[in-house]
Formats: sequence, structure tokens, C-alpha cells
Amino acid sequence: MKVAISTNSKDPDVEFSDRFGRCRYFLITDSTQEDWKEVENPAIDAQGGAGTQVVQFLANQGVDAVISGRYGPYAYEALQAAGMEAYLGNSGSPRKLLADYQAGNLATTSGPTGEGFHGGQGRGFGGRGSGKRGQGGRGRRGRGRGGRGQDGEW
Amino acid sequence: MVIAVASGKGGTGKTTIAVSLAQYLSEQREFPVLISDADVEAPNAHLFLKPDFSEYKEVSLPVPGVDQDLCTSCGTCADVCQFNAIVLLKDQPRVFPSLCHGCGSCTLQCPEGAIQEIPRPIGRLDRGLSPGELHLRQGILNEGEPLAVPVIAALKKWQGEPSPEVEIVDSPPGASCPVVEAVRGADYVLLVTEPTPFGLHDLKAALQVTRELGLKAGVIINRVGLGEEDIHGFCQEKSVPVLMEIPLKRKIAEGLARGKGLLEIDPDFRDRFAVLWQKIGSSSLGVAR
Repeated sequence: MKVAISTNSKDPDVEFSDRFGRCRYFLITDSTQEDWKEVENPAIDAQGGAGTQVVQFLANQGVDAVISGRYGPYAYEALQAAGMEAYLGNSGSPRKLLADYQAGNLATTSGPTGEGFHGGQGRGFGGRGSGKRGQGGRGRRGRGRGGRGQDGEW
Repeated sequence: MVIAVASGKGGTGKTTIAVSLAQYLSEQREFPVLISDADVEAPNAHLFLKPDFSEYKEVSLPVPGVDQDLCTSCGTCADVCQFNAIVLLKDQPRVFPSLCHGCGSCTLQCPEGAIQEIPRPIGRLDRGLSPGELHLRQGILNEGEPLAVPVIAALKKWQGEPSPEVEIVDSPPGASCPVVEAVRGADYVLLVTEPTPFGLHDLKAALQVTRELGLKAGVIINRVGLGEEDIHGFCQEKSVPVLMEIPLKRKIAEGLARGKGLLEIDPDFRDRFAVLWQKIGSSSLGVAR
């Protein structure tokens, strides 16, 4: 059973990242606390489709389950297609989250939990909705340029 | 001759200028004038022009449809997709239509010929005649669709009768791909701004776009008196002509809010647009005026 945890650090004792598609690294383990393998997220600078690219990447690595916080709509759909379990981490280091997972204390998500970022073209797509977790609202149409969200989600 | 009206900042008066210039030229009755509303996320030149739309065309993107009987799960489609719109999961290609840019790479590269392109509607085009013999065409991007560029490209390619001597393109705001697509190929770009920090900031970005594209550009300052920002200084520094200034006046704002163009609000604008046309258009068109 291979588990991948989203993070911005290679250190399994540093706080994880709740961003799935655009975290910096994934720490992959086969459920032992000792053997951590870090891989760079190839989709961190993707123009669009970071979620689907990450799922493809993790599937190629033979990952069976992921632990993150915010799964975008396409990421979620791809995870389903890949048959990967998507667990919700709240806070803590990858090491702590892995222990939580092993103890059966993590819930799986039953839908997208983030808005995702899509496109980067023109005005106002991506991460500009109400910002409420778990709603996955549509980006508001802005008249300005770009679409940098208030919550730091591009 | 194609004149594009762009701005950087939204709400500076692009549509006001585009419509008023088109109305002025159309009034002269010397040649057919077409206005193309390329602000496909919020096309509203029609609110000024009240056209009778008589033609319609759908805009779609070709997205891949995979024939599972022919597919050998080789993964080439997923490898070549630059937009992560097709991925191979559990040996099954999975298409995400709204991520697809319709580039056709997967279809071309599939060694089994297992991919067929299915048109996915993303918007529409309208065309019609407005009072005063002014021709209008507009693009509309369907709500929730991320790709404005294909709709703008389709709009610009859509031929109709009569072919116009002068086309005015009302560009979207901003300085990214949709704007590039809208102004590309224009003989002249009018950059509409206002003397505020926002107007100046976004004018810089818009001017950069015209420079990158090698297009001739001039500036129109709208709502003069609204702020103190030194647009003239910037234009002088960049050697861009300031072609027209429109004062911040209650009478103009009220007229615009009622859907009137500048010529209708104040007939003096006729002379001002004549001067503008003299500066940017008449020479390249060879029209004696």
C-alpha cells in the first residue's frame, strides 16, 4: 500500500501542504515510518490541469492512496478514475498524518474540496470564489487581469 | 483597415470609443463600417447599437473521443497533451473536455487512429445590421468556459457581406491572450485609459502588448479630471501620441448610462472624431477628407 502526502518540504516532520495539485513535493511511503521517498510535483507550474497531471504522475508511481487537503474538481474525478483513495488531512506533519491514517483516523473525501485553478487566461478564472472550503464555487468574473485568489490559490 | 480599441483596465470606455468612432464613420456613408465586439465574456456594444441580429454561428472546440475497441492503452495521447486534458488511468484514457484546448495533438499522434474529434460548443457568434447602416458582429463565450481565444479567433475569421472598408474591434480588457488575439493584425490600436493609478498601471501593460506585436498605437484619455495621474508624461516618455481627451462630465455619464453614443450626447464630438480619424485612419485608407 503506497501512500503519497502533499507537502512543501522534503522533511516528513514539517507541516504538510493542504494543496493537492500545486504542492511542491509528495512524500511517498509504503506505510512504514522509516522509508520516505520524496518526489517533486511535476505539475506545480502547470498552466492548467495540474490536478489531472498529478494523478497521472502518482498513478505511474504505483500510489494507492493520497493524503492532502484541497482536491480540485478534475483532480477528484481523476482520483476516482484511478481508483486512488483520497484522504483529508487537517494539520500536522506527513509523519503524524501517516500515523493518523494507519490508526484509521483520517476520513476520505466524497467530493472536490478546493476550487482548483484553471486556465490562467484572461480575467478572473480560478480561486476567486467565496473562498469557503468544500464548496468549490465558480470563480467570480473579474474585470481586472489575472485571477490571483485571496486565499493564495492562484 | 482594422482599428482595435483596447485598454488594459476594464471600464475605461473602450466600447464608448469603439461605438462612437464606428457611428461617426458610418454617418459619412462613404464605405461600409463593421464593428466587431471581441469582448466575448461581456459583449455589450449591442446595447448602444441595438442591432437586428440576422445571422448566427456556433463556436466549438474539437475534443478527443476515444474508440475503446481500437485503443491499446499505449498512453501516447496522455504524453502529448500539453494541457493534461487526457490522462491514462487504469489503462483507460480519460478525457477532461473543459481542460482541452482543441489542439488536435492526441488525434494526430495516436498510433491506432483511435481518436476522433467531437465538437464541443463553447460559444457563439452573432451578426446583424444596426440603425445607420452600421454592421455589428459579436462573439459570446458560454458561461463557465475558460477559453476566450477560440471564440475571438472565430469571430475575426467570420466573413460576411458586405466586406467592410473599416473594421473597429472592441477588445476585451486586460493584457493577456484574449487581448492579443483581439488586437492581432490591427492597423492601429487605440488605447483608452483614465488618469488614475489603475488606468496608468494597466495602460503600461496594454502598451507593452502592442509593442510586442509591433502594432501602431495611440492613447485616448477618458474622464479627464477624475485623477491626477500623469498620462501625458508617460506617453511622452514612450513616444505614444495622445489622440483625444474626454472630460469627466455629468452630461456624458448620464448619456452613456442611457445607452447613447458620444455623437448623440454632444454633436461637437463629430468634429473631434473627424480629427481623430484624420490622425489615424484617413491616410492609410486614402480617403480624401
